[in-house]
Amino acid sequence: MADSKYSTIIKDGLWDNNGVFSMLLGMCPAMAMTTSATNGFGMGLATAVVMAASSWLVAIFRNQITTEVRIPVYILIVAAMVTVVDLGMNAWMHELYKVLGLFIPLIVSNCLPLARLEAFAAKQPPVAAVLDGLFMGLGFTIALTAVGAVREITGSGTLFADASLLLGPAFKVIEMRILPADMGVLMMILPPGGFIVTGLLVVVKRLLDLRAGKEIQMTGAHAV
Amino acid sequence: MTTSQIASDGPAPSQPKMFKHGVILGLFCLGFGLILAITNEVTIDGIGARAIEDKQNSLSQVLPDELHDNNPVTDTLVLKNAEGKELTVFRARKDGKVTGVAYEIFGTGYAGEIKLMMGIDADGKVLGVRVLAHKETPGLGDKIEAKKGPWIERFTGLSMGNPPIERWKVKKDGGDFDQFAGATITPRGVMVAIRSGLEFFAANKSTLTKAD
Repeated sequence: MADSKYSTIIKDGLWDNNGVFSMLLGMCPAMAMTTSATNGFGMGLATAVVMAASSWLVAIFRNQITTEVRIPVYILIVAAMVTVVDLGMNAWMHELYKVLGLFIPLIVSNCLPLARLEAFAAKQPPVAAVLDGLFMGLGFTIALTAVGAVREITGSGTLFADASLLLGPAFKVIEMRILPADMGVLMMILPPGGFIVTGLLVVVKRLLDLRAGKEIQMTGAHAV
Repeated sequence: MTTSQIASDGPAPSQPKMFKHGVILGLFCLGFGLILAITNEVTIDGIGARAIEDKQNSLSQVLPDELHDNNPVTDTLVLKNAEGKELTVFRARKDGKVTGVAYEIFGTGYAGEIKLMMGIDADGKVLGVRVLAHKETPGLGDKIEAKKGPWIERFTGLSMGNPPIERWKVKKDGGDFDQFAGATITPRGVMVAIRSGLEFFAANKSTLTKAD
């Protein structure tokens, strides 16, 4: 029984109930950090770490956190985890920190971790909660990388530029130039491009789901 | 306010219950405060070291290594610039003699302040200019960054008088320096910053270059 439940959690996080493309949550980093695939990937991973850690903590203390004070406690936990990641990255992953540093504190205001704490971690045992946090975060990473890749190819003509700064020199090989340097459409890496690409990718995901015969889930922002 | 005044729907929370919630919240704050304090303690040395490395990196680009045998990051001098703002000057010395200085300069670009680091040798020749922080449009204004284009190298080796100060402008304004396609305001802001940097050096030359 447990195995099938865990695989549902994983599938929900990565695709079926994807934070960006299904629930339309976490739009702030999804717009701000996706000017390149590398940036989106790094931001997604940092969010996944914070989400897994805070979901775990909330699940452990779920019987101690009373309904009346749960929201401040959740915010406290997310903010504390973000600060720990922020300080840790600054000290030990400084190159990555210089790329992402400005956006790490933004995870606090990302509604996706808070939504998962309230909807999932508060009612589930720690293992399921960690899985949910981690795979929701990884689904977020996939979404941000996808939006970033489309914006980067159309806007700058490159793909995974500066990936070696983020992941180490070995990843120099995945840095690609798809279009000549002056072919890029500047608008795509400016804010409007974020909205346009995210909207189009939501359409793509729904078309794929329809073709697979799935019912379109209207959750998150649409839930009434 | 007594508890009976708050009650509008459902039974009023009792005093002891409210106290309990307060204690729970307080305990969580205490616990996570402790975690943050420990994290801070563990990372503080590393973060300090990284900040110095960063400064060293940007300084080493405008103060070439062969110019100095000291550590310019720690050999500083604080002076007021023309706007009355306090400016930290980093000094490069060889055998005790000041061979070059570096300091931050500021200009206004298309989207706010552009912060640069400028290095000048003891004779007033530009050793190099590097952008530290800016918010210019990616793909247009960001060509002022050394890793995005060679434009910023153009100033190395020049000095006040070569060309004359009134020609330290972009071509559009009657100066000697190219603007780039699609962006005039950004290079213009950088030119203003560099001009103010040259003037700062001229005005403070004796203080800047004296041995101490």
